[in-house]
Amino acid sequence: MNRQRIHEDPAHYEQMTSQASPPSRTGQGVLRAWWVGGLICCIGQLAADVGVHLLKMSTSDGYCLAAIVLVFLTAVLTGAGVFDRIGQYAGAGSFVPITGFANAMVSPALEYRREGMVLGLGAKLFTIAGPVLVYGIGSSVLVGILYALLHH
Amino acid sequence: MAVKRIGQQTILLPKKPALLAGAAWAGPKEGKGPLAALFDCVTEDETYGQQSFELAERQMVLDAARAAIGRSGLREGEIQLLLGGDLLNQIISASFTARELALPFLGLYGACSTMCQGLCLAAMLLDGEHADHALCVASSHFCTAERQYRFPLEYGNQRTPTAQWTVTGAGATVLSLSPGKPPMARMTHACIGRVVDLGVTDANNMGAAMAPAAADTLLALFEDTHTTPADYDLIVTGDLGQVGHDLLLRLMDGQGMPLIGERYRDCGLMIYAPEQDTHAGGSGCGCSAVVLNACLLPMLARGELGRIIFMSTGALMSVTSSQQGESIPGIAHAAVLESPVEKRTGV
Repeated sequence: MNRQRIHEDPAHYEQMTSQASPPSRTGQGVLRAWWVGGLICCIGQLAADVGVHLLKMSTSDGYCLAAIVLVFLTAVLTGAGVFDRIGQYAGAGSFVPITGFANAMVSPALEYRREGMVLGLGAKLFTIAGPVLVYGIGSSVLVGILYALLHH
Repeated sequence: MAVKRIGQQTILLPKKPALLAGAAWAGPKEGKGPLAALFDCVTEDETYGQQSFELAERQMVLDAARAAIGRSGLREGEIQLLLGGDLLNQIISASFTARELALPFLGLYGACSTMCQGLCLAAMLLDGEHADHALCVASSHFCTAERQYRFPLEYGNQRTPTAQWTVTGAGATVLSLSPGKPPMARMTHACIGRVVDLGVTDANNMGAAMAPAAADTLLALFEDTHTTPADYDLIVTGDLGQVGHDLLLRLMDGQGMPLIGERYRDCGLMIYAPEQDTHAGGSGCGCSAVVLNACLLPMLARGELGRIIFMSTGALMSVTSSQQGESIPGIAHAAVLESPVEKRTGV
């Protein structure tokens, strides 16, 4: 059946669409991600240094403290409704440190609380972080098996 | 023989049903836009004093509906039909509002084309003398749409430059066959759109997905009524946004029926100012619904516009269809509206 009124083939329309669509500003995006991501990492490093040098923690405990501080700050900023604006501004810069994971856990918890503790919060808590966990844990198992095979 | 049908898609409305009164409720972001002064109510925050965003959207629909009925000079019980819809699953905003109003109700789903879908159906039912008075409502809410279609509100994802911002707002229009007061506008033709899909799969570029449907309906209307863009003071599309707006102009050029730039507007571009950072503009059922009721109907009533095409545009995908990689089918319905008074000034 061909009762097309618009004589435009999809391939050409795709071309028209990409011409009409403003491109993502890569340069600006990279710059923003760099300074915000860098700042977040500096805060983490500061927390680790405070742990190691002032609180006399071991190095690994110091890095645990850094993760705890970043996750805590992200959770607070997410709850205060600020983190989504940082994300819109900095993109991957606000994501790649452990902050992105914390935000991905807290935002569904806030959002789906109204649908109840079990089928709302409980069921939907991992809607965003779930895929990261599935493939993160899955790939770590694979790497672990490879490691075991190569060393024995 | 369908005597009220002309051409392929256009329906003639010889009794010219009256658009008697309208009301527009808008959210806080819309209340900071260029049309702020025209809305009947701008809510202070996104919750509108309710426990959830869904309840807030519903309350906006109900308040807009009651305001429109009040302004029409009719009593609530005199409305014989309520037609309405929204973007939420099972159109809960419209149907729960219908529960409050207790009117005979037909729920509609046409994605963002719902306002014009409702007008077309109501006008046909009135013109066929199946009802004297009907009420059309359509609504959307940024927060309810975000959580259903995209991510939790506080999730810090970055929006693409082609993404549009769902309008928080509700519009209501009372139509009547026997108006007891001067109408704001009269509807002379309804053009029911076809579903058109040129293969756009990017759910963040709905303007591009809907523009071909808008062009298809416009061409049908011009062909069926033997008119051209020059015969209308204004052609208004629902929510094509900047990308869809530009593409519609190009598509119509390519079809040899160019639109006149200064007589073509898009509700999605009218409702927000560029500095509001909404990227490509507004979208949602509420977008064309509030612009029609807050801006276009009063201009028709005052005679500042003589004859216009009001066309709501919808993207008929779901989260599931997008995730399964399907392209986005578009649709557009058009209504030809005429001013009840002699045209006074140009556009």
